[in-house]
Amino acid sequence: MEKAQEIIFAGFGGQGILSMGQTLAYSAMIENKEVSWMPSYGPEMRGGTANCIVIVSKSKISSPIVSKFDSAIVLNQPSLDKFEHAVKPGGLIIYEESSIITPPKRTDIECIGIPAMKEAQKLDKKQVANMIILGAFLKKRPIVKIENILSALKKVLPERHHHLIPLNEQALEVGRKFVQ
Amino acid sequence: MGDNESKNEPRLMKGNEALAEAAIRAGIHAYFGYPITPQSEILEYFTLEMPKRGGVVLQAESELAAINMVYGAAGAGARVMTSSSSPGISLMQEGISYIAAAELPCLIVNINRGGPGLGTIQPSQSDYWQAVKGGGHGDYHLIVLAPSSVQEMADFVFEAFRLAEKYQNPAFILADGALGQMMEKVVLPEEGSLPYTVHNWATSGMGKRKQRNIITSLHMEPEKMEEVNLHLQKKYKEIQKEVRFESILTEDADILLVAYGLGARICQKVVELGREKDIKIGLLRPITLYPFPKTEIAKLASRVQHTIVVEMNAGQMVEDVALAINGKCPVSSVGRMGGMISSPEEVLHYVETMILKHFVSA
Repeated sequence: MEKAQEIIFAGFGGQGILSMGQTLAYSAMIENKEVSWMPSYGPEMRGGTANCIVIVSKSKISSPIVSKFDSAIVLNQPSLDKFEHAVKPGGLIIYEESSIITPPKRTDIECIGIPAMKEAQKLDKKQVANMIILGAFLKKRPIVKIENILSALKKVLPERHHHLIPLNEQALEVGRKFVQ
Repeated sequence: MGDNESKNEPRLMKGNEALAEAAIRAGIHAYFGYPITPQSEILEYFTLEMPKRGGVVLQAESELAAINMVYGAAGAGARVMTSSSSPGISLMQEGISYIAAAELPCLIVNINRGGPGLGTIQPSQSDYWQAVKGGGHGDYHLIVLAPSSVQEMADFVFEAFRLAEKYQNPAFILADGALGQMMEKVVLPEEGSLPYTVHNWATSGMGKRKQRNIITSLHMEPEKMEEVNLHLQKKYKEIQKEVRFESILTEDADILLVAYGLGARICQKVVELGREKDIKIGLLRPITLYPFPKTEIAKLASRVQHTIVVEMNAGQMVEDVALAINGKCPVSSVGRMGGMISSPEEVLHYVETMILKHFVSA
């Protein structure tokens, strides 16, 4: 049995944390995998903290709430401070470089900083920073196929934003380039 | 995202949305409610969908009004439901007692948040007692179902109406905020698969009846009121046969966990983690909280060394478990309150440090 992937996405509200997790969950479902998406649903708004746990598995998922993660995707310093030590040994942290003052210190996991904000500005749309990060993550952990991420975006994004899907595809591609 | 998807394709949905969509497919005629986090998506979903697909959706001026609208509609023979979260459910208790006394089928959903008082919006199981012991005044019971996945949030709506209409008794879905807010894969029950029959007791107009149908919970003569009570108790006894539960690796277990809802999902992980360490843990998950699987729990208790009840509250169901076990094995209780949730690792740590060291012989 292949091991389940337990991932936490964390950052400020408004950075697209919840939708990043939802996009991954949706695309895994398209691939007939078991998925759960558990948001922290406090009174978050833009500027507050937001996180969601996504679990992708070949078999039935027991607890949708876990406290140790295979990967953490963090887009701000408070989230890094909170989740750096919640990553399992041998795990992965992907973080947004310009949002982090003190980079992760752990040596028993892999930590990769991605200049997603800067790259998103180059694409003239800072809202796609989350997709750059997701692209980088999926290069490192190919949990789902990129084409299924694109199909998932059609489900997650409201119709009026569907014209942005090619831009999101470009953002995913940019993210991939930052990971060997 | 509902329209462009085929009927039986799996969807990724929030528990609240899946429950509301299932209710529409179960053919409810009416929904009355009042918004409160973490269940407002239910009202929102009905508000968007019911005008297109038929049926009445109404945001009442209060929870008190909503439950009395449910009472009225159920009396008129409609398939009807309401939903709320903890403080709102407290406000409904008078009406729920009336509905139980008048023996009307309906569905009430509680997406439990942390209490007491106005509390918090985070998930909790602190309303267990209120749900299974009646909640309002008088000797009555609801049929209480406890889903533990988004799939069951949908499926149990059908099950709840089936049971409510079979026993002419209000049914209750007790879930917590996390089950309402989380998304999982769900295959929705088929529309129109829950037949509806017009009840002959309904106050739906004289028609060809010789006598008026009267629905009331007021009986001034104590002899008559006792008769009503005896009848209700007889019905609750019959309802015991509807007990539902799930057993996970209980056959060879030394330690038995008992948990429901989201707590049971967490405990499934505890079982997995424990088994990796060669600790023989099993899980009994009550699916119906009323009727309660007391016979099964008693049976297991005579085989295991220790039973631990894991709840997202200060220890409520543990009282029913202890009563069922009746001294056959020691019973402990573990849980967190106020919207905090024990992680699987926390529960396993408790098993290892508190139970294995002190109670269970090697």
